[in-house]
Amino acid sequence: MKMTGAQIVIETLLEQGVDTVFGFPGATVIDIYDKLFDCGGKIRHILAAHEQGAAHAADGYARATGKPGVVIATSGPGATNLVTGIATAFLDSVPMIAITGNVSNSKIGRDAFQEIDITGVTLPITKHNFFIRDIKVLADTIREAFKIATSGRPGPVLIDIPNDIQRGTCEYASKRKIIPAKPPKAEDDAIAKACEMISECKRPYIYFGGGAVRAGAGKEILKLAEKIDAYIGCSMMGLSEIPTSTPRFLGMQGMHGHFASSVALAKSDLMIAVGVRFSDRATGKTDRYALNSKKIHIDADCAEIGKNVSVDLGVCCDIKDFIARLTDAVEAGKHPEWEEKIKSLRARESDAYDDDTFVPREVILDVASKVAADTRIATDVGQHQMWTAQFYDFRQKHTWLSSGGLGTMGFGLGAAIGACFATGKRSVLITGDGSFGMSLNELATAVTYKVPVTIVIFNNRTLGMVRQWQTLFYDKRYSGTTIERQTDFVKLAEAFGAKGFKADDIDEFRKVFDQAYAYNGPAVIDMKIDTDAMVLPMLRPGGTFENLVTWKEAENEEG
Amino acid sequence: MKKDKIIIAIYVDNQYGVLSRVTAMFTRRGFNIDSLTVGETESPAYSRITITLSAAKTDKDQVVSQLRKLYNVKKVVVLSNEECIKRELMLIKVRNSDETRERILETANIFRGKIIDLGEEAISIEVTGDSSKIDGFIQNVKSFGIIEMCRTGIVALDRGSTTIWSDHEED
Repeated sequence: MKMTGAQIVIETLLEQGVDTVFGFPGATVIDIYDKLFDCGGKIRHILAAHEQGAAHAADGYARATGKPGVVIATSGPGATNLVTGIATAFLDSVPMIAITGNVSNSKIGRDAFQEIDITGVTLPITKHNFFIRDIKVLADTIREAFKIATSGRPGPVLIDIPNDIQRGTCEYASKRKIIPAKPPKAEDDAIAKACEMISECKRPYIYFGGGAVRAGAGKEILKLAEKIDAYIGCSMMGLSEIPTSTPRFLGMQGMHGHFASSVALAKSDLMIAVGVRFSDRATGKTDRYALNSKKIHIDADCAEIGKNVSVDLGVCCDIKDFIARLTDAVEAGKHPEWEEKIKSLRARESDAYDDDTFVPREVILDVASKVAADTRIATDVGQHQMWTAQFYDFRQKHTWLSSGGLGTMGFGLGAAIGACFATGKRSVLITGDGSFGMSLNELATAVTYKVPVTIVIFNNRTLGMVRQWQTLFYDKRYSGTTIERQTDFVKLAEAFGAKGFKADDIDEFRKVFDQAYAYNGPAVIDMKIDTDAMVLPMLRPGGTFENLVTWKEAENEEG
Repeated sequence: MKKDKIIIAIYVDNQYGVLSRVTAMFTRRGFNIDSLTVGETESPAYSRITITLSAAKTDKDQVVSQLRKLYNVKKVVVLSNEECIKRELMLIKVRNSDETRERILETANIFRGKIIDLGEEAISIEVTGDSSKIDGFIQNVKSFGIIEMCRTGIVALDRGSTTIWSDHEED
């Protein structure tokens, strides 16, 4: 059937199973929007306040479900406003399709109004990108974009479509939905080698990350851990893949990881790393990282093997298949001494929180105790993010939505909104007063669509994570971190048409959270937090896990 | 760490913007390219890029795996210095005078250079060979005065019937 390019875009999105797009219209995408208007609501368009918010929403949609998120923006500033959102998805390997309009091919290269070389701009932050010169390849290019975004290690793909392509006509024939390509299965030799290494170890530790989440390998990891008597830790990106309450699970390790998890990793004699990329925030100084252990590294992306940390066995493969086959092949093990060691580490960790006076923790625990198991928890970036990562009780997969690699302040609200659209259920945003200030315009979007998102602002009147560094390592010189704004978050919420609440202590919080969470629309809670509250333990910059900043030390610095 | 000179042959889609995708990877990851050539191949659908760089073993592995991730890259092979034939071409313009002309021509002859252009004040010479031969030629004509020069960078193929599509040993 003959169709315009704009129609082909919509038809191909439908064919690929897209039901929701986030975006913001403009001159060079009017034609796509015109056809969106015609599609009878088969694709829901969510108008964001800003293209960055739309990109984060598409990202949140993808993280909450594993399906690719789609965002549409116009050329020029519309396209450049996507950049932070695309980079956030890229660093965390989130499948995303970004569609931008551009000026007509005849005007390309002439610095026309709102012309920008967005494929050039996004070259280093997309898995791949396309500029459409010929309408004949439009449909297949969009299909290919979905394939690239969802196959192997997922990531964002951008398609730049000049206006003349949208207005031109071409034959279109529907094709089947793309099936993502899996990485190749591992050779038997690799499994045998891993079995041998496991049989020689006494202190096994399984360390998984975002790659395990994307592969959905949580169950397989648990089975392997049971069989070989290993303890499990994860990177921040791995959270929610297995329940927090899993007895063998020591929690997140890394810069602000759980004490027991980080120290156990350092003490282990065999590390099985699954879908991680050994980021500097997880490792500290790599030349002194986990020196006691032999390492097996399994990842979908061959370039991750040996990139940051050299390993004894690196396997680039389908990790879910690898873990399942390894579990079948390996001999069962038992390590009572390791169990004792872990017990003592855990005891030291729980001593640090032997009372209920640490307010950030109490807030997170209260939220966790009240929301449904499948509630998506989004965060921004900073102390509140680390506290949520440390204390929230994750019970179900895909419930943790947080910007790990790029560390994007302003990510959370868009992501939480996207998650609500993906699941049709409530989500909760834990944010800080600094982060929330970066993207609070999306409250307008949440109000427009009556999005049931409960927003908890950890208001400490400072950029807390940077302040913490200044306290510990910069002689308490608080340069640029004190927030002296007079923002009234309750009035602000109300001005947008949302509900606003305020809580000065944990008892008040418990009450207002119930009201906010019961409200079927966006509600904001301004929760007062001590300016000097810290995220602990903490890996010193360039330090090792044997030398963490712990509670005792930090106490002397506080005040 | 010990660095080796390596030659990487890359088959890419013969399309707009592919070269910048390849070079952007080197820039972004902090790998320094010594020389780069690009041109047509036996198939019009592909171009062949030959890159030389100095790299330690871990960097070499990382360069190769990062290149393989690029969508438009079809094949990446590290050519072994011993098992490949490699050539570079140089055009060089040397200052000419009645006193030096004979010696310049003689040097060009020894290096099997070709005189492309002969003027009263300058002689332009074409020299082809591996990079060390070209380096050697430059050393020998330096004293006459080099006005301008231009090198293509290395192009290389496997010896014998081996091609970029054959199995190459990964070390």
